[in-house]
Amino acid sequence: MATLAPGLETTPPAEVQEAQRSAEVASQWKLMWWKFRKDKLAVVGSVVVLFFYTMAAFAEFFAPKSPEFFNPQYVFAPPQPVYFFLDGRWDPFVYGLKFERDPVSLKKTWSIDYNTRIPWGFLVKGEPYTILGLIPGDTHLFGPKNPKDPFYLLGADKSGRDMLSRIIHAARVSLTVGLVGVFLSLVIGVTIGGISGLLGGLVDVFIQRIIEIVNSVPSLPLMMALAAVVPPGTPPVQVYVVITIILALLSWTGMARVVRGRFLALREEDFILAARLDGASRGRLIFRHMVPSFLSHIIASITISIPYMILSETGLSFLGIGLRPPVVSWGVMLRDSQQIATVVNYPWLLLPAAAVVIFVLAMNFLGNGLRDAADPYAN
Amino acid sequence: MWKFMLRRLTYAAAAIFIISLVSFAVIQLPPGDYVTDMINRMRLAGGKLDPEFEQRMREVYGFDQPMIVQYAKWMGNILTRGEFGYSFVYKRDAGEMIMERLPTTAVMVLGAVMLTWSIALPLGVYAAVHKYSILDYGAGFIGFFGLAVPSFILAIVVLYFTYRAFGRATIGLFSPEYVDAPWSLARLLDLLRNMWVPALLAAVTGIGALTQTMRANLLDELNKPYVNTARAKGLSEARLLWKYPVRHALNPFVSTIGWLLPALVAGDVIISIVLNLPTAGSMLYAALLQQDQYVAAGFILLLSMLTVIGTLISDLLLAWLDPRIRLS
Repeated sequence: MATLAPGLETTPPAEVQEAQRSAEVASQWKLMWWKFRKDKLAVVGSVVVLFFYTMAAFAEFFAPKSPEFFNPQYVFAPPQPVYFFLDGRWDPFVYGLKFERDPVSLKKTWSIDYNTRIPWGFLVKGEPYTILGLIPGDTHLFGPKNPKDPFYLLGADKSGRDMLSRIIHAARVSLTVGLVGVFLSLVIGVTIGGISGLLGGLVDVFIQRIIEIVNSVPSLPLMMALAAVVPPGTPPVQVYVVITIILALLSWTGMARVVRGRFLALREEDFILAARLDGASRGRLIFRHMVPSFLSHIIASITISIPYMILSETGLSFLGIGLRPPVVSWGVMLRDSQQIATVVNYPWLLLPAAAVVIFVLAMNFLGNGLRDAADPYAN
Repeated sequence: MWKFMLRRLTYAAAAIFIISLVSFAVIQLPPGDYVTDMINRMRLAGGKLDPEFEQRMREVYGFDQPMIVQYAKWMGNILTRGEFGYSFVYKRDAGEMIMERLPTTAVMVLGAVMLTWSIALPLGVYAAVHKYSILDYGAGFIGFFGLAVPSFILAIVVLYFTYRAFGRATIGLFSPEYVDAPWSLARLLDLLRNMWVPALLAAVTGIGALTQTMRANLLDELNKPYVNTARAKGLSEARLLWKYPVRHALNPFVSTIGWLLPALVAGDVIISIVLNLPTAGSMLYAALLQQDQYVAAGFILLLSMLTVIGTLISDLLLAWLDPRIRLS
């Protein structure tokens, strides 16, 4: 807030002058990168996001088990604490689990069995898999040395499936719903926003009113209604497609607004006028001159929309009207924690929510950083 | 002003018309016609079948007629007689069921708006004036956190801790003596006393976002020369702050009700499902799961209208407050 009085102004140090000189000749993308990397939260966010997407792409390798792997013996087994050192030496292990059955309620009570040690390690052989149907393998980043040993770092669900493995595999579905949905809404948004901004006049007014109306409709009840009419027997892939289309149909307005705004602003720019006077065709004007200068804004608003998509999918699936088993998504997993009694007894069933929160936070940080960097010429 | 009002009213009417089309689509989407479906269910349930009843239902809903006529009939029944159709799950008038739940939702959403404003306004002002203070970072954290944590997760976590603390996991909206009582002033007061936890849960996202909006707006204003001038003239800091920059920064604040309302309605829907509250959300959810289409369509229509009308009121309010808007 405090600005220096005129008399106190000093000449900037040599390195600042150097930076200013290079800033004058740097390309737009380079300027954006400079501005982006100054935002520490955004940089951290982008690392986390990258990590999640890598994990989702190679889920079979990162997860110790497949999402379907179950062991009825270990229903609702609690998380096993992880140990890395035994007597000061590197020898990762977890303790085994034992249970007692309540004679009256027949409920299993789990406890850590300090007498059995289950050794685990990195890059161990386990269930065979093919990543994305292409790369075969049976090495897992980490897992029990003996694949038959119980290994539940984040506990087990109602069928004795490993929560950690399922969270990793679910990332694939949850994260791509965001990407595919955003891509669809991008196509709709850019088309409609582009038309609105380019043609202007009555068309623009009309489209703006439509956007206002779409925005004023509370999307959740509508999403619920549309999702709920997907017939129960529909194949999972189709449900996935329908859900992403629904999400896209209700969220293209933000994108359309950004594109329209950029088009309107750019129309007045000198370099566009110059290109037009040079006799550039409309197509060349748009794709050679306008699109490159607002591409960064589009990328930023994509990053801002993805969390919204993921949160919506999670909500719908949690309510049982989004994706359905056997598809594994974070929302589908959270469906098990709809009953508060279950959550009270087995709080680790809520862990997929932690994955959602961490990813969405990271994505929001990244999105904000990108949005600020998108216009490097603003102060 | 009149011209502005007229224009706004036209938009609202258009919005409601489109929403009614969408709600109607909700009735039409499930395969099979509604009466056949109902007859099948009744037959399955082993109920007696009255052919006259079936005929009457078909006539009432006009299933032998084209879509437009069906839509007109449905809308006509709502507009002229307030009839929203028939709930075959509960075997009663859908409109009655909706009207039992809607006032509670309206009060709760309104309460959530008040809560959002009364927290976000002072917090945003404080965060802007005391930039980089602990409370500013705290508000920023709530802002990011509120956007990242789905409200149903918050609701579950709150339930979890209520259970841990009190050994029971119920957050009700009414004290026992008012649960089934008809609406009265006492019942409304009871609702206001009990609803703050769910209202707060619904409001968290909005509070976070709105605080940040307020902070950013006010920061822009505080750097303007007129603030310096006022300070130079010796105006007290408090008067300086509240009289001019805050009022300026407040404008976009009122206009955000356009997205705040839909967000709060959505928040209320999902929270009332998780907490099993007697508001519109849980009944809409039940209706959707049981394919009780007339109830679902009625709810979607009315919930959407709630936000459209709310937005309309805020727009008019804004125009009345700020001449620049109504004259542009």
